[in-house]
Amino acid sequence: MHACKKVLQAGISHKCKPLLKRQPPPKLRGEVGAPNEEAGEGVSLAIQSHNKRPTRWHIGVFLAPAVLVYTAIMIIPLFGTLQFSLFQEVEQLQVFVGLDNFKTLFGDPNWSKSFWNALANNAWFFIIHMLVQNPIGILLAAILASPRLRMAAFYRTAIFVPTILSFVIVGFAWKLILSPIWGITPDLLQMIGLKSLFAPWLGKEAYALTTLALISVWQFVGIPMMLIYAALLTIPDEVLEAAECDGITGMKQFWKIKLPLILPSIGIISVLTFVANFNAFDLIYTTQGALAGPNFATDILGTFMFRTFFGFQLQLGDPNMGATIASAMFFVILIGVCIYLFGIQSRMRRYQF
Amino acid sequence: MSKATHSIPRSIAAHAVLSAYTILALFPVVVIVINSFKTRKAIFRHPLAFPDSESFSLIGYETVIKQGDLFLYFQNSLIVTVASLFFVLLFGAMAAFALAEYRFRGNTLMGLYLALGIMIPIRLGTVFILKIMVASGLVNTLTALVLIYTAQGLPLAVFILSEFMRQVSDDLKNAGRIDGLSEYRIFFVLVLPLVRPAMATVGVFTMIPIWNDLWFPLIIAPAEETKTITLGAQVFIGQFVTDWNAVLSALSLAIIPVMVLYLIFSRQLIRGITAGAVK
Repeated sequence: MHACKKVLQAGISHKCKPLLKRQPPPKLRGEVGAPNEEAGEGVSLAIQSHNKRPTRWHIGVFLAPAVLVYTAIMIIPLFGTLQFSLFQEVEQLQVFVGLDNFKTLFGDPNWSKSFWNALANNAWFFIIHMLVQNPIGILLAAILASPRLRMAAFYRTAIFVPTILSFVIVGFAWKLILSPIWGITPDLLQMIGLKSLFAPWLGKEAYALTTLALISVWQFVGIPMMLIYAALLTIPDEVLEAAECDGITGMKQFWKIKLPLILPSIGIISVLTFVANFNAFDLIYTTQGALAGPNFATDILGTFMFRTFFGFQLQLGDPNMGATIASAMFFVILIGVCIYLFGIQSRMRRYQF
Repeated sequence: MSKATHSIPRSIAAHAVLSAYTILALFPVVVIVINSFKTRKAIFRHPLAFPDSESFSLIGYETVIKQGDLFLYFQNSLIVTVASLFFVLLFGAMAAFALAEYRFRGNTLMGLYLALGIMIPIRLGTVFILKIMVASGLVNTLTALVLIYTAQGLPLAVFILSEFMRQVSDDLKNAGRIDGLSEYRIFFVLVLPLVRPAMATVGVFTMIPIWNDLWFPLIIAPAEETKTITLGAQVFIGQFVTDWNAVLSALSLAIIPVMVLYLIFSRQLIRGITAGAVK
């Protein structure tokens, strides 16, 4: 017991090399397969004069297919769109207008009101996801990963079901269930004596956005759950047994041992949630239509862009303004992702077992 | 093992939380499916009851089957999803390995370049993509969808897989190199099996948005013979919005194939997670 304790204590502290070691600096990677620069230079000076070091063709072969498809279908069209936001159509010709479209978007009271409304709604949508979806996902994953849990496979499979359904199904299904015409929700609330709380939530300005955010949480909680679950499974048994030898079990074990080890995964999940939320469109389009009713209460950047791009009711579609909003969305997302990459990810500790 | 990890109250609490959430997750699906087998009257009178001999009716399904070519739509969705998934996982893992394993000029830059796509909704470039597809004659083909979805899935796949590949032990790869394995064999024989759980997770993540996408089928491939199931269901429900039997049946028909597909995949996913976890 004493020996065990000693080893394990060392194991938990960051200094112990054999059990937990910090990732080696990138300099050391690939040393054997690919001679590092100093070594390569030394050899080349001595033996060969024309070829400094062997070309590592395999790197190119590994990278080429992904980079080609990605550049052609994603990057080039994106820059096409950014460029598009600097033009206006005048008499069927695209004319360069500089930043005029952005001036309209932020300066014109009608445009800027819609834009800030959409942005604020979008931020609220994201906050609900961070506060509800991710904690529930982590909780479920932590319970699922506990050893010798019966029926874990069943729970895991069942809880992931909503995530595989399309927005079309989820949107229509919840619309029917929350519908006052069908009356499922009031009946259920009556069973627990809370019928007075019922309101046609999707139709009320005050509740519609929160309701939709919660529907979206319901749909996507499986994603953080699965990612955290996979991360928890990669924690070696020795580390957990070590903790148990030291009397660190249950909740304490989760907070002190597991949580620090899965922090990188939580970081990834947060940034994925951010990006997904600020690109969201489908659920709101399916349930509330392109007008994002009632009275634009559920309008987010995605629906705002769509309406501008393709037009609605009496307003004609304006591809250039659509591209302008798309560019604005791009910059919002860029800022968020930069905060993650430079502010959070680079400070996180990673462990190699 | 200590007592605390599997004391009875703890396990009861765990099961309570999990089953409560399971009910919440499955409830809407169950309600939709059971009501699709009922008469219109029964749908409204007893929405939570299972269909019995009196209320049982297949009228909704008859309407749906008479209207649409759901089998073809399903087949299209399946082809597009499986082909895109294959390319995303293969190309994504290769690129992730190159980024995680080798030190070369521009590594960080290449990583950032590929990660850029995680935050760029590919939809922002729709107009330009449509232009490309028109120019290359790929409009109304499944190939166009596969290309788009491969590009859409790659950044996330590279990002997550390279995180995982950095955790694969260097000793193992170096042992392979000393034994004379080529870099390609190290990747395919040593590294790929070790990142299987990550591959399974990435696979599910990539598959879902592809299967569920409404936007690109609508714009790039709206023809009858290339419609995907999501687009087909959306069009159908839009037309039959007041016919509750037909809407519920269409929703059920859209749910059931996905569930079957998922149950097949999830077995693989679970096997991948448990067998491949580096312990």
